[in-house]
Amino acid sequence: MNRELRRVSIVVLAMFAALFLSTTVIQVAQADALRLDSRNTRALYDSYDTERGPILAGGTVIAQSVPTGDQYAFQRQYPQGELYAPVTGYFNPTQGSAGIERYMNDYLSGTSNSQFLDTINRIIAGQAPKGAAVEVTIDPVVQQVAFDALGDRQGGVVAIEPSTGRILAMVSTPTYDPNVLASHDSQAVIDEYKALQADDLKPLSNRATSGDMNPPGSSFKIIVAAAALASGKYTADSEFPNPVSLQLPGSSSEVFNWTRAACGPGETVTLREALRQSCNVPMAELAIQLGDDAIREQAEKFGFNSEVSVPFPAGKSIYPSGLDDAKTGLTGFGQYEVRTTPLQMAMTSAAIGNDGELMAPTLVDRVTGRNLEVLSSFEPEVMAETLDEESCVELTQMMVNSVSDGQSNGARIEGVDVAGKTGTAQNGTDEPYSLWFTGFAPAENPEVAVAVVVENDGNLGHHSSGNIVAAPIAKKVIEAVLNK
Amino acid sequence: MTNTTNPTAATVKPSFAPDTGVLRTMRKLHLPQKLRNRELALLLFACAINSVAILLVQLGATGAIDLNLLYLGAGLSVLVIGLHICLRYVAPRADPLLLPIATVLNGLGIAMIYRIDLAKSLSGWAAASTRQITWSAVAILAAIVVILVIRNYRVLFRYTYVFGALAFVLLLLPLVPGLGREVSGARVWISLGGFGSFQPGEIAKIALAVFFAGYLVRTRDSLSMVGKKFLGVRFPRLRDLGPILVVWALSMLIIVFQHDMGTALLYFGLFTVMLYIATGRLSWILIGFGLFGTGAFFAAQTLTYVQGRFQNWLDAFSPAVYDATGGSYQLVQGIFGLAQGGLIGTGLGQGRPQLTPLSQSDYIIASLGEELGLAGLFAILGLYLLFVSRGLRIGFAGQDDFGKLFAIGLAFTVALQVFIMVGGVTRVIPLTGLTTPFLAAGGSSLVANWIIVALLLRVSDSVKTGPASEVSA
Repeated sequence: MNRELRRVSIVVLAMFAALFLSTTVIQVAQADALRLDSRNTRALYDSYDTERGPILAGGTVIAQSVPTGDQYAFQRQYPQGELYAPVTGYFNPTQGSAGIERYMNDYLSGTSNSQFLDTINRIIAGQAPKGAAVEVTIDPVVQQVAFDALGDRQGGVVAIEPSTGRILAMVSTPTYDPNVLASHDSQAVIDEYKALQADDLKPLSNRATSGDMNPPGSSFKIIVAAAALASGKYTADSEFPNPVSLQLPGSSSEVFNWTRAACGPGETVTLREALRQSCNVPMAELAIQLGDDAIREQAEKFGFNSEVSVPFPAGKSIYPSGLDDAKTGLTGFGQYEVRTTPLQMAMTSAAIGNDGELMAPTLVDRVTGRNLEVLSSFEPEVMAETLDEESCVELTQMMVNSVSDGQSNGARIEGVDVAGKTGTAQNGTDEPYSLWFTGFAPAENPEVAVAVVVENDGNLGHHSSGNIVAAPIAKKVIEAVLNK
Repeated sequence: MTNTTNPTAATVKPSFAPDTGVLRTMRKLHLPQKLRNRELALLLFACAINSVAILLVQLGATGAIDLNLLYLGAGLSVLVIGLHICLRYVAPRADPLLLPIATVLNGLGIAMIYRIDLAKSLSGWAAASTRQITWSAVAILAAIVVILVIRNYRVLFRYTYVFGALAFVLLLLPLVPGLGREVSGARVWISLGGFGSFQPGEIAKIALAVFFAGYLVRTRDSLSMVGKKFLGVRFPRLRDLGPILVVWALSMLIIVFQHDMGTALLYFGLFTVMLYIATGRLSWILIGFGLFGTGAFFAAQTLTYVQGRFQNWLDAFSPAVYDATGGSYQLVQGIFGLAQGGLIGTGLGQGRPQLTPLSQSDYIIASLGEELGLAGLFAILGLYLLFVSRGLRIGFAGQDDFGKLFAIGLAFTVALQVFIMVGGVTRVIPLTGLTTPFLAAGGSSLVANWIIVALLLRVSDSVKTGPASEVSA
């Protein structure tokens, strides 16, 4: 009997071994995968229980979680409302998220790898779960000025610190109130979201970094000029024929200057003068001489045709490829299929102002844990070497002329050299213009690079221009930075 | 003590004779004393663990301490210590580990059931924990009665067939119209009027263990000696197949009419193993597996509920099975709970075991795994393994065949039940409805398992007759 009993004991042992194994497989080997299963509501409820970290801009709270009695435990609030919507985005426990809320979620929700030890400490200390605080690079004063300056116009503003890439302002109008989308009333949120999507003014798109992008118009001339200087074949004093109009090669269309006249009295016109007066004909001639490849190469150094994360992905600005001479000529003053964003144009100005060194733009300054320990801090990072220093100085001088006594004088500030360039881009016959300004100041040692776009003629009709509408907005933003 | 009054010894060494007697008596008394002291220490430790578990549940779930439940827990502690005191008088040589293990498992079960009551904001009689505590008291009292009444387990041998008939009646009770109740598809309950319901099958398994042990001891010779050899295995004569066929038919009836695969597997597994141990014939195991496998196969083909169980087991995560009515939703939720627990668990009172349906009964092991983690589950499984191994050890050390078989049968039911339930929840086997011994909410199961504890204690007391067997303690 004992022999049989021994065998049965072994069977019992094997049965328990199977249980030890099966529990280990589920609780250790497969645990991570099971936690990620979309049907696993436990992970979801856990995320509700975590007090999401706040988002701060220079001491101003722009997103925070406050306790509620409902099953989600916390309600996300945006005390500044729509002012920071393009930066923070929104967070909804059931309906998704956007912006910093989405792309810094690991830190905000306390699940990033760098918070693992903190989680262990928390469990030992018996503290409630809490996410890390994200401090953004936005300067609240500059942000407010930019927002107020845009007013009820459709458009976007980006201001960057050229030496670091820190984004000081990011505004898009019209926009939405993130508080509405953060509501725990799912149906109300879905309805509101649908209404925002259906709105013709597209309040959900971030005009500062993406959205339906605009042609840059004459503001693109600085990139064509940069390509010319970089080639070594041109200087600010290089001369171009100065006709009233230019018949584009192999095409019936003609290019005119915005004045419908020649660019000054001479038979020829210099690059400097073309930029100062924002003449299209010489720029088209230059573009054709350079060829689309050279312009594209220069544009891509500034960031065109590639995506940049701030940390949410910004729209990819476009310089098209495979252009014939006629189309290349049109891109010489930022028309045809060239499309860009204020972020891209601000990056371009920032690079020129920073001796050709393009710093990677970012919104995130610092991430701090619950005990204010720094989990991650921003380090300036060179994104590209765009242009040699000598060319930068030459181009800056041309941009300064353009503002001081040229077609971009709407951004002139007493006692400060502002370098800049306006643009008044056509979107097709009878379509409203997109109005631009991009530049930096002070020209010698810039503290801020800025780009402004205003869509729909700035609500003024076809008599508006970048210099009338966009340049004054940029001026206010620059002043806000310099007056600090 | 038979030789203390040896007349010749008294005349030769009159002064020493009483001394030897005293020494022997002292030794006999002293060793059981040691066993019981060890039991008392472990028992107090078990009660301490249970109190701390309840406190942690309260702190984790509500952040405050409610002493009421601790008083009730203290009441149960008094009862188990009462059982311990009874053992000192009527079964001083009983195994010292069984009682503390049962106590700590019962207590952890109450703590987890209470924890889920808190999550569901249930209190008073609506709370499963209140009922569980009451049933625990009833169960421990039943164990005390058993240990006091049955002074010699061999009495049971005399009533082998009475127990067989009793088991049969108990099994049929739920099918009696007006008495039986159907809960989630299985008709295994009888109504107890205002006091809830009772699963007579739980008690039936003890009666069956008695019956099987008694019957096999009586008939083992004919079951083991005769038969033809085939492929090196001696197969029994056709007419000796009778008993196994009867038990098989009984199991199949339970599957078909009561929709209770777990119980059928338990009874049949119990009988097959006892048959094998009694006869030493491997062929019984083969025949048993063959019969049950065939039955289960046909059941899976024809009975939709059995079909569903197999599908839930094999393809738990497929969306169609997950979303189906009676699908794998519960099973997968239980597994999510276990995964959430991970290695160290969320901590008592800090997980969400209530998200899993039946988290207090069928899925109590998933609930414990969520809050105590793999570490906690290993400890619980370890306790079960220890409990079962103590039972098997009693079988090894047993003096008579009935006692051996009976103890092994009782220990094996516990092992099989743990395997069927934990294996079902962790997808080792298809999930079937049984109770996890001592842990799961359910009065009948508690009463039955505490009676098993009492019976094992009784048998272990009898097998430890001389100093030689104390080694095993």
